[in-house]
Amino acid sequence: MMNPQSCVKIQKEWDIVGARQLGRELAKEIGFGTVDQARIATAISELARNIYLYANHGEIRYEIIQVPEHKAGLCLIAEDEGPGISDISQVMKDGYTTSGGLGAGLPGVKRLMDEFEIHTEVERGTRIRTIKWLR
Amino acid sequence: MDKKIKRIVLEHSDQIVQMWMDNVSELKDENYTTNIGDELYENTNREFVNVIFKSIQNQGSSEEVERFSEKIINLGWPLSYITDGLQIFRRVTVDYILTNTEDMDTEAIKVAFQSVDDWIEPIIRQLVNEYTGNWENIVSLQRVALQELSAPLIPVMDGITIMPLIGTIDTERAKLIMENLLQGTINHNSEVVLIDITGVPVVDTMVAHHIIQAAEAVHLIGAKCILVGIRPEIAQTIVNLGIDLSDFSTKSSLKKGFTSALEITNRKVVPLEGQAKEEKLRHILSSARGE
Repeated sequence: MMNPQSCVKIQKEWDIVGARQLGRELAKEIGFGTVDQARIATAISELARNIYLYANHGEIRYEIIQVPEHKAGLCLIAEDEGPGISDISQVMKDGYTTSGGLGAGLPGVKRLMDEFEIHTEVERGTRIRTIKWLR
Repeated sequence: MDKKIKRIVLEHSDQIVQMWMDNVSELKDENYTTNIGDELYENTNREFVNVIFKSIQNQGSSEEVERFSEKIINLGWPLSYITDGLQIFRRVTVDYILTNTEDMDTEAIKVAFQSVDDWIEPIIRQLVNEYTGNWENIVSLQRVALQELSAPLIPVMDGITIMPLIGTIDTERAKLIMENLLQGTINHNSEVVLIDITGVPVVDTMVAHHIIQAAEAVHLIGAKCILVGIRPEIAQTIVNLGIDLSDFSTKSSLKKGFTSALEITNRKVVPLEGQAKEEKLRHILSSARGE
């Protein structure tokens, strides 16, 4: 069962802070420990920064998930209408960067979270859906 | 014609005020001001409508308007309270004029609209300008205050300097950190610089990248950089992100970092001589008692 929850628009650099604060609050509400809260906040930070850097604007949506076999989880959807990614396998490799950064963003998010899906189309935009389960 | 309309409005101000008050108090329920006391809301409304009437009577007493907008800001009410209030005033007044004046032709209606607009327009402009100007002022003051706090550098001892970072790091702040760090290291002639990230809530790749760059730059000017205050959860997220900090000395707490900074500069903390003797004596006494 999914409850559509909140949504944060990413337009300026400070929106990243707002996005991850909301994420941290939701994670706390669901009952994640401090380590997982930090993981979720960091993942949101990466996703939001990618939106800000490459697509200029987009949004991050939060959904609290309740599934019988798992206890609960937090689903993050980062969506933008930016330039898209031409080679996904490359960006999922550690150390690949186009912005002069560390190149650990997307593969890092994948490791921070439990589930990770990416849909992207060049010139159309990118949509990343990622879930952290409460154990 | 304009004078005539003004006279009508001023003569029947009580009715217009009443209509306006009714309309405005409806606003209260549907949006922003739900957690404001009824009495305060009504008093402020009364003041608001007085301000409007006063500025209609003697075009351009700006002090009153200024004071009122300041009050709204101090109360923390949104700008929409002002704009909605004036919009309602315009509607109510035009409504009143049209229903209470006989034989209005289209020309007269046009004039009525025009004159009400002419009264309201300057008030809206002034109130909105005051309000936004005040906000801009507050924001810019806070930005300056924040910038002053953003990258402090504290020389604690000959050759040892600490930079405690608290709060979110954005690109602008990262730049400031780098500048202050390098300038300070040279000015204080530091051998060791401790960067304390205890108060940084999230270390993502961008923050890590900037810290790594700062540490490398410090290294280039001949000092050593130790990253301290890495909380357990931050350590885990750094590992998850796959950020390689193995080239840097890191310590869990500022205390440990400071101890190793002392070691690097060939120093250590020892108790004063008198106390050391006392300590020894106490030790001997306690061991004697034990026998």
